[in-house]
Amino acid sequence: MLENQDPATLKYVGKGALRAEGVEKMTGQAVYASDMVMPGMLYAQVKKSPHARAKILGIDVSKAEALPGVRAVLVGSELDYRLGLYVVDKDILAKGEVRHYGEAVAAVAADTLEIAKAAVDLIEVKYEVLPPILNHMDALKKDAPLVHPDLGTYDFVKAAFTPVPGTNIANLTKLRKGDVEKGFAESEWIIEREYTNPSVQHVPMETHVAIVQWKTGDDVTIWTSAQSPFTVRSLFCYAFKLPLNKVRVVIPHVGGGFGGKAGIHIEPLVACLSRKAGGAPVKFQATREEEFSLLPCRSALTYRIKTGVRSDGKIVAQKMSMYWDAGAYADYAVNVTRASGYSGAGPYEIPNAWLDAYTIYTNKPYGTAYRGFGHVEFFWGLERHMELVAQAIGMDSLEFRRKNALRPGSVTLTGEVISENSGNVLKCINEAAASIGYGSLSADEKAREKETGRKIGKGIAALHKAPAMPPFTATAVIIRMNSDGTVLVNLALTEIGQGSVTAYSQIVAERLKFRLDQVKVTVEKDTDRDPYDWQTVASKGIILTGNACILACDDLLKGAYETAGQILRAQSCDLDHDDTRVFVRHHPEQGVTFASIAVGYAYPDGNAIGGPLIGVGRYVAQGLSNLDKETGQGYPALDWTYGAHGIVVEVDPATGEFRILKIASIFDVGKAINPDLVRGQCIGGMVQGLGTAVCEGYIYDQEGHLLNPSFTDNKIPTSKDIPDEIDCAVVETPQLDGPYGARGVGEHPMISVAPALGNAIQHAVGAELLHMPIRAEDVWRAMRNSGPIDNWITKTPSGSCRSDPAARRHDPDHAITP
Amino acid sequence: MTRISLTVNGKRYERDVAENRTLLRFLREDLGLIGTKEGCGAGECGACTVLFDGLTVNSCMVLAVEADGRAVETIEGEAKDGKLSDLQEAFQKHHAVQCGFCTPGMIMSTRELLHRTPKPTVAEIKEGIEGNFCRCTGYQQIVEAVLDVSGQLEKKGELRHA
Repeated sequence: MLENQDPATLKYVGKGALRAEGVEKMTGQAVYASDMVMPGMLYAQVKKSPHARAKILGIDVSKAEALPGVRAVLVGSELDYRLGLYVVDKDILAKGEVRHYGEAVAAVAADTLEIAKAAVDLIEVKYEVLPPILNHMDALKKDAPLVHPDLGTYDFVKAAFTPVPGTNIANLTKLRKGDVEKGFAESEWIIEREYTNPSVQHVPMETHVAIVQWKTGDDVTIWTSAQSPFTVRSLFCYAFKLPLNKVRVVIPHVGGGFGGKAGIHIEPLVACLSRKAGGAPVKFQATREEEFSLLPCRSALTYRIKTGVRSDGKIVAQKMSMYWDAGAYADYAVNVTRASGYSGAGPYEIPNAWLDAYTIYTNKPYGTAYRGFGHVEFFWGLERHMELVAQAIGMDSLEFRRKNALRPGSVTLTGEVISENSGNVLKCINEAAASIGYGSLSADEKAREKETGRKIGKGIAALHKAPAMPPFTATAVIIRMNSDGTVLVNLALTEIGQGSVTAYSQIVAERLKFRLDQVKVTVEKDTDRDPYDWQTVASKGIILTGNACILACDDLLKGAYETAGQILRAQSCDLDHDDTRVFVRHHPEQGVTFASIAVGYAYPDGNAIGGPLIGVGRYVAQGLSNLDKETGQGYPALDWTYGAHGIVVEVDPATGEFRILKIASIFDVGKAINPDLVRGQCIGGMVQGLGTAVCEGYIYDQEGHLLNPSFTDNKIPTSKDIPDEIDCAVVETPQLDGPYGARGVGEHPMISVAPALGNAIQHAVGAELLHMPIRAEDVWRAMRNSGPIDNWITKTPSGSCRSDPAARRHDPDHAITP
Repeated sequence: MTRISLTVNGKRYERDVAENRTLLRFLREDLGLIGTKEGCGAGECGACTVLFDGLTVNSCMVLAVEADGRAVETIEGEAKDGKLSDLQEAFQKHHAVQCGFCTPGMIMSTRELLHRTPKPTVAEIKEGIEGNFCRCTGYQQIVEAVLDVSGQLEKKGELRHA
């Protein structure tokens, strides 16, 4: 949409406008859900399971109920509601059996936080501890205990998912293209490896928080830190069988989301407490420790890839098996599996492909969406694999990537033909390589190696991602004009830090030809006031909501021209406007101000026309289809954003310690609506990707207790961990159905940082890393051809994460055929 | 309960507080100064950073009674007369804020750093904000903002168009 507009004619789009809600945030005046207090509000606390898997034999709440100031105590057996985004598998409080460490078994609402904490301590739960299923590969074995024995009775979204009753498989996504065995037969080389990564935590600085008031007559108001107001509303109403107009979801400023707040989590529990407490508003905010285990994480992955390559370096066949560790509940993990499945070969053309992707239940905190939606995880394996394949066939890995990269005419795994407008991965790869001087060391770098005794290596990794969305994904925007000619823009794409409010302000100002200061996009979201938006996820906001903004502007102007045309006695087609007036194009002196028609216009004789000017823009994603369940063929992608990272790393060959000297991140964004915001996403996402790459991950003991639910034991990057030099660049191949040609880039900077680093380390010291995160000790071990420190289940809670040999297994034939 | 008397952003307050009340909850819940945020409650993330007699502390790790007779400065005191401070202007100019939840603490740490070291090097800036976690920005634009406000930024960070 408007993708070919001459940049010279653009006043705001493509320019670095300041963050619209920046001043509020800078002064501490921005109000987040965690800052909110309601009259008569109670405070909730949750009793959590200390076991990964156990039968609940009994819960005694009598002492808690007797504590003065306690207004409600809840246990699972009182509640008959089940939740689930795609597979409806989760009780609000555990019933009968707990399925992961940290799961909620009871909850309290009390006058103060202190009383609520004391009451939770007084609740006595009797458990019969059962052996947990911790390793997702074990969970696939035929004799494995079932995390959800009743899986066959659960409701699920049948168009997209395939749970396998009687197993721990929450979903199996299949993809078949060409004839993979024939491809292998034609291959000169066949290389097979397996890559792994553990679960990680999103770490939004504001933990999950909700205030819910369940008023008499089943009118419910939810104030929450969630990302997607309409998703919270629809899933809440589904669980409680309430009409959508009975539930109002309000979202103020949000202190980071990254996908962890995309679905519905604590809101139903808090709602039940409010109802039981007689309708008082109840607030619950997760502690940082609860954020790690009561709330969801990112799934662990085991990715096995077998690639057949012709003598000239062209990939002819690839067989891919993904084993996703969902944890105890399916939540978004089944859709992560689906989206990773159809993207699983990366931005490369594979003529013959076979992929099976399993979502597997285990007794661990459950996985949900996390920035990149599976791509950060599987690109670790895929782009390490491309490196190792290139090495095995004796070809430079950059050349190998170039040879196999998608280009116009290429066919994706699902049968989509790539066009000139799809974006240009080859250009991203080339730019990343050029920026880091790939392939050789500069004189300075050579001198540095000599001086320090450390080895410098350079690595590249490419990436792609499309939004994972159903075919009817839609949004709407409403623009209302005030009587002074300023406008208010309502839309439900939540501002979680990505800068959406600013970008939409720029698009609206551009399209209306108004000044930026005339446009206000509301920050707070309210399902009773704002028009529908599917979800704030998937890097789809700029395309869908951006287009709806343009359409709403056009609709607003149409109404303004209609009124102005009557007043001026001119046809709409002869009118033009600036930021204050509508006028006759060939007689600009004949005009009316927006202010004079914004809320209606009355002639001296008393006849009146118009009325408040409102513009409505509606947009629904184009060209999407559900995928065939047997072959995975179909159209899953609204758009593809391509990119590549290049990393220069310095490694100490004696210790495995390393330092990132430079990173170059290149993305084909179609059009950078606000280059400063795009740069913010690029750097912020890249550093979050570095966290995943070098230090983050859940560590469990053999009973399934999470050992590191804190910032002391689960490090995230600090200011001292960022690369010395950062180069962010964009390629702009316009997206035909993107606003001004733009496509999304919110998630992409996080993808493929880890393999770019792994590849650079391999170039420096030859370490063949198969597991991320990459810690100094992993590099050291890999340099000595030792196995990776693999599965992050440890017998030695204090000390390293070296795995128990008994828990480490590698059995390629483990998968059962459902 | 203990009676305490302190100044916050130059204003005098006298309050009765429970001995186990943290300075963070005192500021947020008793004085309504919600700009100071809680990110972990364990002294690990820096979101609750305030100045305590001019030096940064994690206010979740300080008891309100310890602030008796002291001068506390919070984010609410940073903008004066309805105008952003130079430091806040620099954060805004360089997009050193995204979700904004770490921003108040980040600004307080930076404020102390600049008091101590008016022209900090890049390494000193990174050291100075090391205790303040930011999950959104990746820190680079914060470093650029601090370089700018201290008159040391050679060139504004830009997105390159390849």
